Amino acid sequence: MSDAQTDVRAYTLRLELVDEPGELLRSLRPIAEHGGNLLSIFHERGNVTPRGHIPVEVDIEATPDRFETIVEGLRDAGINVIQAGTERYSEGMTIILSGHLIDTDLSDTLSQIQETKSATVTDISLSAPAGASDISSARMKLATESGSTEEVLAVIRDIADEKDLRLVEPLTTGGAE
Amino acid sequence: MRLAVLGAGAVGASVVDLAADFGHTVTAFADSQSAVVDSAGIDAADALAAKRTDGVVGSGDPSDALSADYDVLVEATPTTLGDAEPGFSHVRTALERDRHVVLANKGPIAERFPEIMSLEAESAGTVRFGATVGGAMPVVATIEDFGPSRISAMRGVLNGTANFVLSRMAAEGLDYEHVLAEAQDLGVAEADPSFDVDGTDAALKGVIVANVLDPDGGYTLADADVDGIEDLPGSMLELAKEDGRTIRLIVEFADGQVRVGPRLVPENAALAPAGTRNAVQLETEHAGQLDISGRGAGGTETASAVLSDVGRIQS
Repeated sequence: MSDAQTDVRAYTLRLELVDEPGELLRSLRPIAEHGGNLLSIFHERGNVTPRGHIPVEVDIEATPDRFETIVEGLRDAGINVIQAGTERYSEGMTIILSGHLIDTDLSDTLSQIQETKSATVTDISLSAPAGASDISSARMKLATESGSTEEVLAVIRDIADEKDLRLVEPLTTGGAE
Repeated sequence: MRLAVLGAGAVGASVVDLAADFGHTVTAFADSQSAVVDSAGIDAADALAAKRTDGVVGSGDPSDALSADYDVLVEATPTTLGDAEPGFSHVRTALERDRHVVLANKGPIAERFPEIMSLEAESAGTVRFGATVGGAMPVVATIEDFGPSRISAMRGVLNGTANFVLSRMAAEGLDYEHVLAEAQDLGVAEADPSFDVDGTDAALKGVIVANVLDPDGGYTLADADVDGIEDLPGSMLELAKEDGRTIRLIVEFADGQVRVGPRLVPENAALAPAGTRNAVQLETEHAGQLDISGRGAGGTETASAVLSDVGRIQS
């Protein structure tokens, strides 16, 4: 019922930029060049990913055909596209872990997740109401490759088991996430 | 229809109380110690008053009720795990007498479903158990209407106590112990709330739905992957809330697996009901997601589900 050449839709692109001057402008060029209409840019300057990159969320309007060209253009330009649209390329997922997060080496937990290759932690919020040596909780946003959510969750479950952490998983299917 | 009601807890008592309203006659009523039997219909008010004041429903023996004159046996004794006795034997006796059975007791359906089905196959009576899942919400009936093969998954909030605890913790920023104590004061949680907070009760309901959706699966509680909400840190709910989400004890049946555990859901999702309410989402083949929500427990709510099942048998 849709026409890939004429049907204009809204898309969200989630990019991870290297922290260097001109990167943001460089990432917007392929969008303009391939006929995308820029709706908004959310530049999380103070929010660096575990890999030291800066997450940027860009909302655009484009036809499905043009959108594909835009994503290709971005990748050709060496821009790290974490999430493009919501279905075809990648999925976002939020989890919450709780337990002795600090004592069990939070950065090791994060690296183990990153090592799955099909997931990247894009955001983390920590709550340690009783101090770092007590029970604390962390909310993590992950971008996962399309279709690999289950696989990534299995890895996180293993990490949680091993470190005796409590894991609250998202309800991933059925549009609840 | 003439009903024999076994069990005089909140559900059994409410069935006896409401039966006449639904056009039925209670010919026998029993708790674990006593019974009252009258083929012309017992005096419901008398029996319920006797239960309240003397702790017995009448002067008869409980076994009298089982052998009394009735069309439908209403099994509303407390849910037991494992061999699901004495509920299972009650169901067997009634079916062997070619009587119908309506259960509010989850044990026999969750733990011994294949046996119940083969007893039913050899009996002129039928078995219904809509009241075991989601109280007044027509979960089992809806699945039957759609056809189990046209529903691929079920997700739900099926324990009001756990849902109350989680929604209060999220709304008030209180810790688990505090909210649980409050729930006990309000009568929302029982003195021993273990089955509600450790996920067992929700898992039993998930297993029952699994048996309806996949009748040859022979699911029991042992097949379910169960995690509860005990001592869930308040900081987890806070972090969820900051992100527009919340945590609910979700029971899920998909791909042949029953799973219960705390899960992250959007705050305004259909599966994030407030307080003691329950909610169920069915994934249908041709009609997308179907949401049902309502009161998942309570004497009159569950009794109304029992009486709806009696009505289905009648028609």
